[in-house]
Amino acid sequence: MSAVVGVVQFPGSNCELDVVEAVGALGGEGRILWHGDESVGDVDAVVVPGGFAHGDYLRPGAIARFSPVMGAVAEFAREGGPVIGICNGFQVLTEAGLLPGALHKNVGLRFVCRTVGLRVETTRSALTASAEVGQVLQVPINHFEGNYTCDDATLAALKANDQVVLRYVDNPNGSIDDIAGISNEAGNVVGLMPHPERAISDLLGSSDGVPLLRSILDRAVAPAR
Amino acid sequence: MAQLDVSGGHAETVPSGLVKFDVLVEVSPRTGIADPQGQTIERSLPALGFGGVSGVRVGKAIRFEVTAESEDAARAEVEDMCARFLTNPVIEDSAVSLTAVS
Repeated sequence: MSAVVGVVQFPGSNCELDVVEAVGALGGEGRILWHGDESVGDVDAVVVPGGFAHGDYLRPGAIARFSPVMGAVAEFAREGGPVIGICNGFQVLTEAGLLPGALHKNVGLRFVCRTVGLRVETTRSALTASAEVGQVLQVPINHFEGNYTCDDATLAALKANDQVVLRYVDNPNGSIDDIAGISNEAGNVVGLMPHPERAISDLLGSSDGVPLLRSILDRAVAPAR
Repeated sequence: MAQLDVSGGHAETVPSGLVKFDVLVEVSPRTGIADPQGQTIERSLPALGFGGVSGVRVGKAIRFEVTAESEDAARAEVEDMCARFLTNPVIEDSAVSLTAVS
């Protein structure tokens, strides 16, 4: 029986079908979760995908965090289920308080759309459990507000608790400490700005997203709840 | 009994005992948070012949009306709105101005 990955769809999300496609290509089953539903149903993992939920109005993720489905996502996370926020999804998770810190405008004030190198910093997270520390993965980024920031105390805690999951090899947006992705303390909630679902085949230019998505599927099948 | 507000541009009734306020919430990047829009504007001004400009910060203005029992009550409600929704306290500050519509 393959892992079922629920992929949240807000008005304005645009990467949910890519995530479903990528999950399917790796042997899992992707299922769209409409933002207006108050339940995530019987899924093994949740992905909050990229896009422009609610048009990024007010701030990216500021309105999406109040969607009915987010209560169920928070409960799923509290119970230890894997929850991955990709790009806009990372923004939604920080606005919802499921991850610390915030994403704001890239330092160069440019919308950056290119493939970047990411270094795996830990295998303690649901996104990297099946990857290797030190591995450098080529994964596309596509954002204007991907500059991760947090206060000094939060940064110290992230480093001390092994919550920094991915770092940029060559920082494209000014993120503090070159952070590309972080997890919560338990490691089951992960947010990252790059798009692993766009790097699953050499036809797309890179299949380096596979170890990351594989980690989610492996973790989903063996839930720690 | 409802009071008729005839002084403003719109003659809306305000329930007795409540006051309507015009609210301006100015949201700006917190001090210490990089403000690339402000920096870009600041760098561009000299080229247009404007010297002596510093400290440019770009934010947004959110305006609305709120009805409450008092200015303190209105301010408390607006500050709650700011903390929970209108701003992200990690990266933004807000300044609230209230004017009674009389």
